[in-house]
Amino acid sequence: MSATAALFGKSEKAALFSPVISVNPIAVQVLGICSALAVTTRMDKALVMGIGVTLVTALANLAVSLIRNHTPNSIRIIVQLAIIASLVIVVDQVLKAFLYELSLELSVFVGLIITNCIVMGRAEGFAMQNPPWISFLDGIGNGLGYALILLLVGFARELTGAGTLFGHVVLPLTKNGGWYEPNGLMLLAPSGLFLIALIIWGLRTWKPELQEKD
Amino acid sequence: MEHLLNIAIRSIFLENMALAFFLGMCSFLACSKKVETAIGLGVAVVFVQTLTVPLNNLILRYLLAEGALAGLSPALARVDLSFLAFIIFIGTIAAATQVVEMAVDRFLPGLYTTLGVFLPLIAVNCVILGGSLFMQERNYTLGESVIFGFGSGLGFMIAIIAIAAIREKMSYSDVPAGLRGLGITFVTAGLMSIAFMVFSGIQL
Repeated sequence: MSATAALFGKSEKAALFSPVISVNPIAVQVLGICSALAVTTRMDKALVMGIGVTLVTALANLAVSLIRNHTPNSIRIIVQLAIIASLVIVVDQVLKAFLYELSLELSVFVGLIITNCIVMGRAEGFAMQNPPWISFLDGIGNGLGYALILLLVGFARELTGAGTLFGHVVLPLTKNGGWYEPNGLMLLAPSGLFLIALIIWGLRTWKPELQEKD
Repeated sequence: MEHLLNIAIRSIFLENMALAFFLGMCSFLACSKKVETAIGLGVAVVFVQTLTVPLNNLILRYLLAEGALAGLSPALARVDLSFLAFIIFIGTIAAATQVVEMAVDRFLPGLYTTLGVFLPLIAVNCVILGGSLFMQERNYTLGESVIFGFGSGLGFMIAIIAIAAIREKMSYSDVPAGLRGLGITFVTAGLMSIAFMVFSGIQL
């Protein structure tokens, strides 16, 4: 038994990796849809948002788990909210300091990480019952699962809507002398909903046990 | 007057919280199986939104903005607390929801039984926090924020009642197994969102 084995046993691995695909927070648990749709018109926005949510979820899980035995049950929600809101303030200030342009474009959606159901849901559903280290890993895993879907949707929307990836031209547009005619609908609100629906459809066809009965 | 009407129309139709900004998607999907529940949630959102956006506006203006505390002591004249807005907003919202819940329980027991479950739920609804954050970003005055709060709440209510009605009808349709439930609801919401795009460009 080495130290790494103790830190990364079977349950730790499960906490870290299962949320990425098999219990993906967006596609399977249906949490945190709000921001998943609004920030995915470009990949850089999706990436920054994914990193922000991963950090907040992991650190909030860690903090909530550390004080779980000292938190009275009746005020646990407000304690969790206070922790999450403080972490989001930090993320927001960092973004404003180092990525000001991007923070303007993300506008209210950074603040809305506070009410992102993934963060609340993992703090309440996992970190309240589990020790700090595994809660931290669970937060990272769920954040990565969220970021993965965000990047997938962002990839499809930016590529077909503007012909670029991370702002670099991939498909030259006709108006700039290239051959690709961009699909403007992909940059508008409805396409995000359709893409998430397609991802859910694909996932549920692949794993039929996730299908709803009614 | 025309300006206020414009804000109302924009917040209800053009910048519909649910269909243009995807705010409150969680409850938009979870509470839209029946029209009755959707109406309950919608009314609660309008109620709390109309209350919290102006309330947060006052707090922002007289406590958090740069120089707002100058009246207390000249040393505080350059203090800018607006970075605390997130945590203060969420606190105000949680407190306002609690107060509204108790007041409705005491004075309007009929409404309380209808709204009961939803009132505490909407403290963490993104529509409510989103409303306050948009108010901060756009620098609304008190009057504008009352209109904006009411309008954005009403827009959400219209959207959730409409999708609940469609979902009730859709229970008779033959949906592919993998799309059943959640998937088809997303597709429906997408189509509704396209429908709401016809309002874009309306300017009073």
